Amino acid sequence: MTETTEAVSVKTHRATPQRRGTSPTGGSPRTRRGRDRALRRATPWLFLLAPLALLITFTYVPVGNMIYYSFTDWDGISPDRNFTGVDNYVQIFTRPEIFRVFFVSFYYLGASVVQIAVALYFATVLSFDLRFRNLFKGLLFFPYLINGVAIGFVFLYFFQDGGTLDTVLSWFGQHPDHAWLGDPTSANTSLAGVSVWRYTGLNFVLFLGAIQSIPGELYEAAQLDGATRWEQFRYIIAPSIRPVLSLSVILAISGSLAVFEIPWIMTGGATGTSTFVIQTVKLAFQFNKTGLASAAAVVLLLIILLITWIQRRLVPDEKVDLV
Amino acid sequence: MGKTRTLTGAFLAIATLTATGCSGGGTPSTETASAPADASSASGTITVLTQRTDLIKSGAMKAYAAEFNKIYPKIEVKFEGLTDYEGEVKIRMNTDKYGDVLMIPGAVAKNDYPKFFAPLGSSIEMADKYRFSDKSEVNGKTYGIAQFGTANGFVYNKALWKKAGVTAWPSTPEEFLSDLRAVKSKTGAIPYYTNFKDGWPLVQWSANIGSVTCSEEANNKLAGPVSPWKSGSELAVIDTLLFDIVKDGLSEKDPSTTNWEASKGKLAKGEIGSMMVGSWAISQMRDAAEKAGKNPDDIGYMPVPVQREEGQCATLVSDYQQAVNIHSEHKEAARAWIDWFTEKSGYSAKEGAVPTLKSAPMPDTLKEFVDNDVTFVERSESKTGTVNEIDNAAEIGLNTPDYRQKLIDIARGAQKGSVESYFAELDKKWDEAAKTVGS
Repeated sequence: MTETTEAVSVKTHRATPQRRGTSPTGGSPRTRRGRDRALRRATPWLFLLAPLALLITFTYVPVGNMIYYSFTDWDGISPDRNFTGVDNYVQIFTRPEIFRVFFVSFYYLGASVVQIAVALYFATVLSFDLRFRNLFKGLLFFPYLINGVAIGFVFLYFFQDGGTLDTVLSWFGQHPDHAWLGDPTSANTSLAGVSVWRYTGLNFVLFLGAIQSIPGELYEAAQLDGATRWEQFRYIIAPSIRPVLSLSVILAISGSLAVFEIPWIMTGGATGTSTFVIQTVKLAFQFNKTGLASAAAVVLLLIILLITWIQRRLVPDEKVDLV
Repeated sequence: MGKTRTLTGAFLAIATLTATGCSGGGTPSTETASAPADASSASGTITVLTQRTDLIKSGAMKAYAAEFNKIYPKIEVKFEGLTDYEGEVKIRMNTDKYGDVLMIPGAVAKNDYPKFFAPLGSSIEMADKYRFSDKSEVNGKTYGIAQFGTANGFVYNKALWKKAGVTAWPSTPEEFLSDLRAVKSKTGAIPYYTNFKDGWPLVQWSANIGSVTCSEEANNKLAGPVSPWKSGSELAVIDTLLFDIVKDGLSEKDPSTTNWEASKGKLAKGEIGSMMVGSWAISQMRDAAEKAGKNPDDIGYMPVPVQREEGQCATLVSDYQQAVNIHSEHKEAARAWIDWFTEKSGYSAKEGAVPTLKSAPMPDTLKEFVDNDVTFVERSESKTGTVNEIDNAAEIGLNTPDYRQKLIDIARGAQKGSVESYFAELDKKWDEAAKTVGS
């Protein structure tokens, strides 16, 4: 690999002066300036070549393939595939059970409201001077650093019959004797709870960063005017972190539609905890309907784009100007 | 400047590599992969893909290869263990490079076998010599040889059942349930463990299709709009038994957090009464008993509790089948390995499994079955291709845990429905799918 690239670069280096020498108008300052300008214009593109090549190879080509598969009946292995037109899309929109799994997303949507509220509360509190501030910051952010698979396993033991949760409850004299992952409502609530635990840290850091970029004089001025903590939050903090807040909302919505890791590891989609993505994976890899699964993935992408667009229409991005 | 050029070169190189990687090779030949005539001169390096990462780690595979080299000194055998065997091999099969010898993944449609694997011989000859050969037969040629097979039934803790006052095998589902009740009330153990969370042990129930009616054709009969869950059918009897076990509270309290590895020890210690798994699990359970300081002979194996005139029946089904990659450059060497591994390595005996070779005796683990005259039903798989196609089209998944997980959820009241309405729903899905596949 490296040998070839060196060879290529050596060749080009040698070629350049030669061309200059043979060029009839090589010496004229005018053409040289023209070449410089062309080079200058090309430079940013040359720098972009690496990221663009990566982006195209690993994002756009696979997405293009997926869209192509979504119009076929490919089973994922067979060398042959038939073009079936929009049949897969028709199936998705005419089979109610495919869309029913979106109800599960409401649990996660509800959870993300809690998550944003909690993150906002802690970000505000910890943006003021507080003892052990950095320790608390670390504690809140820590869950986000653990990978999802480990979290899944940890919480599997947590929710087990006689596991951590039951033990802790028994210290307070509670013996609910309840299978936490045993019925759909309780299982989905538990799983959504795990996702709150995991992602609060991320939102918290985003909010904290935004809050800390507010100049300190504003608080001082507000305090001189006799504003309470709540009023400071309402009139200084809230407006200035609005862009970050709206970003968090978009992430929360698209996240709750595309939940995968935690339910996949903890329940495998059993007991009514299947999400749209889990269902898609099962279509592709259990029932060998890669075509239909690709169509489902495309539909999910479109739904998320649509929701983002609506959200941007309703809450346009305004330039925040506090001073 | 120089750097940019270097990078450009690098990307061009990558692009060319990817482009050539995608295009794939030409049309491969369809000649039969036959064993070499002269063992000492056969040569080549072959790669064997296997799901048994545990045997690679323990060095057992290397030991097999060393034995193999005593007969075929010039063939070098390399192993590649894949933890997620099905998932990874399925994707690799889109290229030419999926080893020389591999286990046929369940996801490959039977009619596609000739596109991926070299034929191993005419099916009539193969059927004389090997069990399970019709599983990989396409148009009169056989494409795979089973590593080994398994008999199917329940693994149970004999000492525990004796303590509950049960010594004879139950011969009807009702008797089985009342035995489980006795285990529960007299010993306090969990009478039956579903392994709901891990899921795949629920699939083992499907391997018993054939034990109820004692028919080799049981699985082939599913190839059509036949309402597989209608009253009295194989699947209805099997799944109703599972449903009743769970409904009567004879299974574990919280199925959503079960653990397969831990369940082995629990069965050995007598905390669990029984589990539905293939006979391959018997030796693992005995190991677990030894580790727990218990008597390995307490681990027993019983067939599905249905008594027919012929006595009780147990199905024999094929494990993974070994095949030769059609793009392999050393097909002779690959075939030599498959033949040796199946017939002479002693692998199946060591695993306590049913040997593929018809002439070989049943393993020790199934001694009880042989002593009690259990009829072994070698299930025909000639129409498995169609059955799987219907199954996938219907999105039911006889070979995936999902539909039985729902059955268990219904039985314990976590999801709405009754066993009758659920079976009716499954029948409807199956019959509708069968019509589209047939056309």
